[in-house]
Amino acid sequence: MWTAVLLAGVGCYLLKLAGLSLPERVLAHPTVERVADLIPVALLSALVAVQVFSTGPELVLDARALGLAFAVVALLLRMPFLVVVVGASVVAAVARLV
Amino acid sequence: MSEASLSPAERSAIVRDSLAVGLATGAYGFGFGAVSVASGLSIAQTCVLSLLMFTGASQFALVGVVAAGGAPVSGAATALLLGTRNTLYGLRMAPLLRWRGWRRVAAAHVLIDESTAMGVTRDTTEGTRLGFLTTGVSVFVLWNVATAVGAVAGEAVGDPRTFGLDAAVGAAFLALLWPRLRDRRNVLVGVLAAAVALAAVPVTAAGVPVLAAGGVALLVGVLGKRQDPTEVPGPDDVAGRHH
Repeated sequence: MWTAVLLAGVGCYLLKLAGLSLPERVLAHPTVERVADLIPVALLSALVAVQVFSTGPELVLDARALGLAFAVVALLLRMPFLVVVVGASVVAAVARLV
Repeated sequence: MSEASLSPAERSAIVRDSLAVGLATGAYGFGFGAVSVASGLSIAQTCVLSLLMFTGASQFALVGVVAAGGAPVSGAATALLLGTRNTLYGLRMAPLLRWRGWRRVAAAHVLIDESTAMGVTRDTTEGTRLGFLTTGVSVFVLWNVATAVGAVAGEAVGDPRTFGLDAAVGAAFLALLWPRLRDRRNVLVGVLAAAVALAAVPVTAAGVPVLAAGGVALLVGVLGKRQDPTEVPGPDDVAGRHH
């Protein structure tokens, strides 16, 4: 675990430094730019799906889905991030008690 | 980009806005600390992630993959892929910040969504630097303090299911994704990526589904034709600015 933490940590810093150091024309290629823009969208969507709808190798529908539903409503209402995240936890926790 | 000096009023407005973002985002570090130890990382590993990696989405991704039972190397790969976002921000910010040498090496560490958003909209180099640095440094300090507090609290809580901490992770990713969903093509890519990831869950090792979904970005990006400017977060996309 320490190796992953340190390597990914240093790697993420180097990615930032590369951005500030490379010439701007690196982005000139439209395909590179499109892929680079879409990577965060694809990864974050996949992370939402996997975090909420799976446990180990199984697809599950449980209290986390209610938490996510709350997050959607809160985001639609333009609530602050903290409210979105804490609210989702509270909704899931309460749903488990009921 | 003019070289005119900022008036004291302009300076204090930029500093005030930046500190508000720093405070809101920093507080969010509490959630990271708690979720990280709940995912099985030690308090020390959690704090090192916030100090060294210092980019929220990548940190949440690493601990999220590990929490799902994925190999640490899958978590690290996901974190690095998400970290490429900051490279794009750097390419956009470099000509605006115009820092060289050690200043650039130091500035790189606080190059994140929030500092980019609060720097990119300024009209002058001075304003860009002030917004970028005030936001970046205040987020860094508060994020790390909050991470440590959250990690200690999370250790006391134990099981992440208590208090619904496991649900917090999904909500956190959704909040990070949200500003990007104004674009119709991004919504399509998001839905496809989620479907690919869920389809892969039963048949692959943990950690692989998220990386497989990255393939959707590659496919749509290569096959797509549309020209569009690099997406960089604006002031309305970051915490503390939703009012």
